[in-house]
Amino acid sequence: MSQDETAVMTAAPSSDGAMVSFIDYNFPDERGHFGRFGGRFVAETLTHALEELERVYRSLLADPDFQREFDRDLAEYVGRPSPLYFAERMTRELGGARVYLKREDLNHTGAHKVNNTIGQALLAKHMGKRRIIAETGAGQHGVASATVAARLGMECVVYMGAEDVERQSLNVYRMKLLGARVVPVESGSRTLKDALNEAMRDWVTNVDDTHYIIGTVAGPHPYPVLVRDFQSVIGRETREQCLAAEGRLPDVLVACVGGGSNALGLFHPFIRDEGVRMVGVEAGGEGIATGRHAAPLCAGVPGVLHGNRTYLMEDEDGQIVATHSISAGLDYPGVGPEHAFLKDIGRAEYTAVTDEQALRAFHHLTRTEGIMPALETSHAIAWVMEHAPQMERDRIIVVNLSGRGDKDILTVARHDGIDL
Amino acid sequence: MSRLAERFRQRRASGGSALVTYLIAGDPEPSVTVDSMLALAGSGADVIELGIPFSDPEAEGPDIQAGCERALAHRVRLRDVIDMVAEFRRHDSSTAVVLMGYLNSIEAMGAQQFADAAAGAGVDGLIMVNLPPEEAEELRSELAARDMDLVFLLAPTTTDERARRVLEQASGFVYYVSLKGTTGAGHLDLDAVESRFGELRQMTELPIAVGFGIRDAVAARRVAGFADGVVVGSALVRKMGELAATPEAIPAAAAALARDLREAMDAA
Repeated sequence: MSQDETAVMTAAPSSDGAMVSFIDYNFPDERGHFGRFGGRFVAETLTHALEELERVYRSLLADPDFQREFDRDLAEYVGRPSPLYFAERMTRELGGARVYLKREDLNHTGAHKVNNTIGQALLAKHMGKRRIIAETGAGQHGVASATVAARLGMECVVYMGAEDVERQSLNVYRMKLLGARVVPVESGSRTLKDALNEAMRDWVTNVDDTHYIIGTVAGPHPYPVLVRDFQSVIGRETREQCLAAEGRLPDVLVACVGGGSNALGLFHPFIRDEGVRMVGVEAGGEGIATGRHAAPLCAGVPGVLHGNRTYLMEDEDGQIVATHSISAGLDYPGVGPEHAFLKDIGRAEYTAVTDEQALRAFHHLTRTEGIMPALETSHAIAWVMEHAPQMERDRIIVVNLSGRGDKDILTVARHDGIDL
Repeated sequence: MSRLAERFRQRRASGGSALVTYLIAGDPEPSVTVDSMLALAGSGADVIELGIPFSDPEAEGPDIQAGCERALAHRVRLRDVIDMVAEFRRHDSSTAVVLMGYLNSIEAMGAQQFADAAAGAGVDGLIMVNLPPEEAEELRSELAARDMDLVFLLAPTTTDERARRVLEQASGFVYYVSLKGTTGAGHLDLDAVESRFGELRQMTELPIAVGFGIRDAVAARRVAGFADGVVVGSALVRKMGELAATPEAIPAAAAALARDLREAMDAA
């Protein structure tokens, strides 16, 4: 996008006609709305727990002891800051923009997910909860939840679609080793959305002693805010690291988008920097035209699911449709409401790449840089492979390398016709 | 007076409690729904909650999840659900009918189009499991403009302060969720329900029906002793699942269940 187009977008009309200046970007409102998206659409039984969570979170935000504890855990337990790595060989091979990788794969447990679970576990501790539940798709969030639960000595139950239990068996075993109980969910499409349904059912039943660690920037208010805030450490570090390395901000930020937590963690600290282009890459599956994909921002409509209003993949009657992606972590029919809003106001752009493109990117990064990305992350890499060559050599792209690919080795091998 | 208010008033006037029965439109197949509704109405049900099948019923227990899946296998759409009410109304003009489901079904149709179609078919109200009053203004006013009630729920976790706020916006009746859990759960504490009911009773003139986890005539009788209405859902839906292979037997089975409940409640 040219600088001129960027300038036009600084006062873009939102969907309800209001003018939004990115300089003053300050969302959500006090009820969790990002324009027409977000909100709190839950069964009455959960309202009290969400109000309590919001109250405790607000009080801890202003509490320097809590912030210190969070920062110390990120430094000493997670291993932050994660490096911003200049991918020199990949840059040379692509022959265009300079490509940097924000190495969230080097975090303890191997993905960005732990930033959020560390924060939410501290919240749970402050609220006096003794039990943690979580949903998971690829298993990264489940592992990160089981990890913090083990560390705090809390009971942990992870809901996972039965199909995902099969295709992410390594992570299932990791969770069990960490002491979590993994419950395969057999209802519906047996994937991430059904795991979320089942986690909500658990929470409504055990709300007194249980904290539900939602793994992405979706769900009812205040989850989209607090997950975003915990993940924003990614973008804050990137900002400082890019200034230190290049003396200026990046031109383009790229991240894969399932629910959208790694993307929003990278994007959010840059929203007011109007010259920084933001690209979210959804799972195009077998191609948007085939209908077998998981790209609600590219091909969905607004609706209400899992506590918030956002773009969804649904049929004419509002039934949520089956999604498809080779990466379990992106295989979800909805997306965080703030992404829906950023799309509508034109501050971020969203596109999709196919399973095949993601697999090619997986192999490319592994061979050129010796870094094996998660299949989720490979979607963002695929975008870079397509677009970096067309950009000037002094341009800077930062990709969120949101997770490592060890968990996906069996999937990749199977796809390549290799029986391990 | 609306049909809903009238049915609760009649039961209250005779010292009784209203029987509210829930079934899912199209479960286990569309051809039995209207007959089942008529059978329930003819056997003592005052209010019929007709469930709108939804792909992701996040507040439901296993019985109602399975019922939704059975109905969706027949591709039952919201338009079909409304048509079933219209058909029911050709035979019954006194039993109240409330649609119950999740907001996305209504949003996909559009609040105004839904309200027009539902009012035309003789729907009396709507219960949205995942729509708290804070988010409900648009839908509530569309319904109110056509004399339909948007029924709100209160839960064991609802504070007094919040209950008062919810009740200010409530109409038709109030649905008190009798346990922390999903529909059909097995851990109902009736003493706690009765005690909380007494407190809520002081806060509103509206009828208060109690539901979630009332699985048999014994529990229904006990709740009828203090509540304005007793909601039975999962028990009926489970029965429909058991009879899925012989759907022609379902209306009679529904009638028998309603009769048992009605008799038990009348003895309360």
